[in-house]
Amino acid sequence: MSDTYDLARSAGEKPPILALPLDAWHRARGGRMVEFACYHMPVQYEGILAEHLWTRAHAGLFDVSHMGQLVLRGANAAQALESLLPGAFATLKPGKQRYSLLLADDGGILDDLIVTNRGDHFYVVVNGATKHADIAHIVARLPEGVTLEHLESHALLALQGPEAAQALAALGLAVDSLVFMEAALFQWNGVALGVSRSGYTGEDGFEISVPAAQVEALADALLAQPQVKPIGLGARDSLRLEAGLPLYGHDLSPDIDPVEADLGFAIPARRRVADAGYPGAAQLAQAFAQGPARRRVGLLIEGRMAAREGAEVMADGRTVGTVTSGGFAPSLERPIAMAFVETALAVPGTALTLSVRGKSLAATVTPLPFIPHRYVRKGAA
Amino acid sequence: MTRYFTADHEWLVVEGDIATVGITDYAQSQLGDITFVELPAVGASLAKGDSASVVDSVKAASDVYAPVSGAVTEVNPALEEAPELVNSAPEGEGWLWKMTLSDAGELDGLMDEAAYTAHVAGL
Repeated sequence: MSDTYDLARSAGEKPPILALPLDAWHRARGGRMVEFACYHMPVQYEGILAEHLWTRAHAGLFDVSHMGQLVLRGANAAQALESLLPGAFATLKPGKQRYSLLLADDGGILDDLIVTNRGDHFYVVVNGATKHADIAHIVARLPEGVTLEHLESHALLALQGPEAAQALAALGLAVDSLVFMEAALFQWNGVALGVSRSGYTGEDGFEISVPAAQVEALADALLAQPQVKPIGLGARDSLRLEAGLPLYGHDLSPDIDPVEADLGFAIPARRRVADAGYPGAAQLAQAFAQGPARRRVGLLIEGRMAAREGAEVMADGRTVGTVTSGGFAPSLERPIAMAFVETALAVPGTALTLSVRGKSLAATVTPLPFIPHRYVRKGAA
Repeated sequence: MTRYFTADHEWLVVEGDIATVGITDYAQSQLGDITFVELPAVGASLAKGDSASVVDSVKAASDVYAPVSGAVTEVNPALEEAPELVNSAPEGEGWLWKMTLSDAGELDGLMDEAAYTAHVAGL
């Protein structure tokens, strides 16, 4: 028996593997540690299925301290962001967040990230595996008077699920003041927490930036709430897949542009022009004008066999695309996948075939997300 | 009844001239929740070390290798509806397939329970 695919392989080459601030905490709670993004991280505690379903029903606590937390300061920080990213940041109000993409000059995706306007600075969260390259890319392009700080002193927790707000309220955190993609500073036992109402599961939930010295006390306080269980990377992956959210390094890469990835929502019309001033702007303007040759889609797969990254997508005996991530969906109790397929076939309802280990699996193109997002938005009761 | 083990975490039990094959409790605990088992075709001829089956978990797809050479005589019909039997009873109801032994001498190269326990302890 041997693994032919594992989360651990995302670790890539062999730099030193680092310990997260909560390393011992995870191990003491039965976390099975794997190497991911150059860190030892818990892939699961009691089991991926149980953790996944718990998060959808209650609240799951994820340690995402491997991610890069960056602070951009300076009078022209918003303009600097617009010179780096295809989003609109001059109009991002204090306390608001926006999803964006770091692009290469050819329009390929170097990373996806979330920018928060914290009033006197911007706070940016980038992926763990790409953070050092991202920092180098950003620093090389910063204008005079704008500085970038890597908040290595901070850990990052995510509390996700329909009971997440309740668990935070029990700690005295009045997070009901936030709606989806809003953020604010909260005080907890004299510790400043940067809390946003966002996440990577499709559920209501929060991400909490906390000084590393206090993260264990906060994790303990959260886990003491009856709604909360610790959740590993395995369920983080199955939750985000059901939510239709792309995973960098798999569904997004330097070989994929944002139009193909169906992330046009992150690029407002005024920034879809060749002279918009960010790396890749010209390529992106052209991609929007021409329309993509292939598109990211969701696939519902018949039967029980999962199709994973690399599986070929076939139609009429011809290869028409590739699966970029896939697996068994615990909430849907069936295998699902994300794939890039030729645009003409990227239409919901299209019947396709997946080639997995010499077998043909029937699949149907389906709109993303696979299960509805349950974000708390403004005006909702 | 002697149970034999491989370093790749398969087990087999021989009754008469038929061997029953499965994966070990350690293997299932490493794989996590099993969602699908792809079994060999009845009648398939396997050489020792061939990939004979694939166990799909939420996390990964893992090959199961033939621990000995022979022909598949039966596959576990219960796994189609209940692949989780491999988690709950890996060395019992969660067996994978039965096969003939074309070379009983191959058993000599396998581990007994004590040797396998030591092997797992060393991982």
